[in-house]
Amino acid sequence: MIHVQNLTKDYGDRRAIDGISFHISEGEIVGFLGPNGAGKTTTIRILTCYMPATSGTATVGGHDVFTESMAVRRIIGYLPENVPIYPQMRVREYLHFRGKLHGLDRSARQAAIRRVAELCWLGDFIDRPIYQLSKGMRQRVGLADALLHDPKVLILDEPTVGLDPTQIRETRNLIKELAKRHTVMLSSHILPEVEATCQRTIIIAGGRIAASGSPDELKERIRGGSRLIVEMTGPAPEVTSAIESITGVKNVQATSSNGWNRLIVETTRERDPREDIFRVAANRNWTLRELRPEVASLEEFFIQITAQQATGQRAAGRGREVA
Amino acid sequence: MRNVVALTQRELAANFLSPVAYIVALAFLVASGHFFLADTLVPGREASLRPMFDSMAQILVFAIPLLTMRVLSEEFSTGTIETLMTAPVSDIEVVTSKFLGVLLFYASLLLTTLIHVGLLIYFGGGDFPAILLAYAGMLLLGALFVAVGVFSSSVTRYQLLAALLGMGILSILTFVVDQLGRWRGGAWRTVLSYVNVLGQFEDFSKGLFDSSAIVFFITGTLFFLFLAVKSLESHRWR
Ligand SMILES: Nc1ncnc2c1ncn2[C@@H]1O[C@H](COP(=O)(O)OP(=O)(O)O)[C@@H](O)[C@H]1O
Ligand SMILES: [Mg+2]
Repeated sequence: MIHVQNLTKDYGDRRAIDGISFHISEGEIVGFLGPNGAGKTTTIRILTCYMPATSGTATVGGHDVFTESMAVRRIIGYLPENVPIYPQMRVREYLHFRGKLHGLDRSARQAAIRRVAELCWLGDFIDRPIYQLSKGMRQRVGLADALLHDPKVLILDEPTVGLDPTQIRETRNLIKELAKRHTVMLSSHILPEVEATCQRTIIIAGGRIAASGSPDELKERIRGGSRLIVEMTGPAPEVTSAIESITGVKNVQATSSNGWNRLIVETTRERDPREDIFRVAANRNWTLRELRPEVASLEEFFIQITAQQATGQRAAGRGREVA
Repeated sequence: MRNVVALTQRELAANFLSPVAYIVALAFLVASGHFFLADTLVPGREASLRPMFDSMAQILVFAIPLLTMRVLSEEFSTGTIETLMTAPVSDIEVVTSKFLGVLLFYASLLLTTLIHVGLLIYFGGGDFPAILLAYAGMLLLGALFVAVGVFSSSVTRYQLLAALLGMGILSILTFVVDQLGRWRGGAWRTVLSYVNVLGQFEDFSKGLFDSSAIVFFITGTLFFLFLAVKSLESHRWR
């Protein structure tokens, strides 16, 4: 549904996004995750035909965003980051206006407005002027606008920013509900949000794609090359060298106190050495009281990736680029 | 076309909700009333609306940029332009509607001066074809001024700047070329008097039908609308 190839955007001489590529299939709900300034809004603005890329291509529903902009705009429902809406208009009036721009005739508009008003709970304030509405209400009006023409693709830029916890939960549920009918791409700088709503996450940092996959895949990837925590008795140097000689172990750091060695064992992705560690301990009669994988959270992974990007170690990100 | 209708409706509504527009409207009514009473409804004077129209044309140099300053600048500063430029609407349609919205508002102001026409006829004066031409001239002049104003609003997110730029361009096309034309002779004078908007307008207010003046106003209007479209497009590249 969305194909992005090598997209780059420069603002003057500042490069906001740098050769990013990804694709989103029909029916997917994908989170576009990255810290502030990562280039999320820039990417989204290119996809929604607000601004052209400096280089690279992007298509939505098979239409090029630059050369077939009108076709793209017709199939996208877009909620911009700060939900800009004309404050003097009343909600219903605004939705009628937006419906007309999408070519809906009067009865189609009325039906569409009824549908989105119910979906986004506009009932209480649909006849109020927009300047009277709270941030959460405005967000719902923006979402209703994006849904008005029943678009194939929904692109939501930070849809829950500025909402209170209840509203955030409601909005997330609504987005999940919407994902049944639409292809959804939502951006966020909050990891749990993406984890809670999306099937797949694309992590962007410093204008590059740092990683991509389902939350489980991302976790698996971390765990794969991860570490074990081991505690056992025995003479420290011998324990260390015995564990180091096990295949699948990359590196061992040991600290000892009260006769116990606490080992942090870095493992390779290919082989899980836990059984061998147990056997070594059993053979040598060293008592083993702890043997567990150090489960890095997605949060840590995210922080680690984005910190890498921020300090300019971009090679790692480039190597991991995933379509 | 349907887009233009929808967009223009919104523009008109926005104009009728804008406090600035009301202040300008009030000033317009007061000024036209004043000129009518001071220059036309005077015993012994020729019963013509010409002095009123000529004075109003000069006032519009400052009044119209105040009406047009918000049309795009406000959308840039509040960010609503993003919802407009990502909707299936072309930049030409956006600019056209901005133009029509203010032009129709201005036309409704112009309609209020029909009171003066009524009074003139009541007091036994008034040359009907001449009055009609004068109104056509006021409309054409207004269209050109609104186009200049829409262009000015398309270059900046600051409404004040848009208003000043509009007034600057219109002053050049009126007062400045008029003054320069007095000093320069020969070919310069021909060029300067051609682009002198108030000079072109005089034929209308005098009641003379001049097709070259009509062409002048229409091409001028289209030229500034074209610039506005280009300027709006260029916003996407920034
Ligand atoms: N209009 C603009 N002009 C210049 N720089 C910009 C503009 N918009 C964004 N940037 C810069 O581009 C980078 C990416 O911004 P953005 O796409 O808004 O990030 P995000 O949405 O992920 O927070 C940032 O460094 C930001 O300062
Ligand atoms: Mg952003």
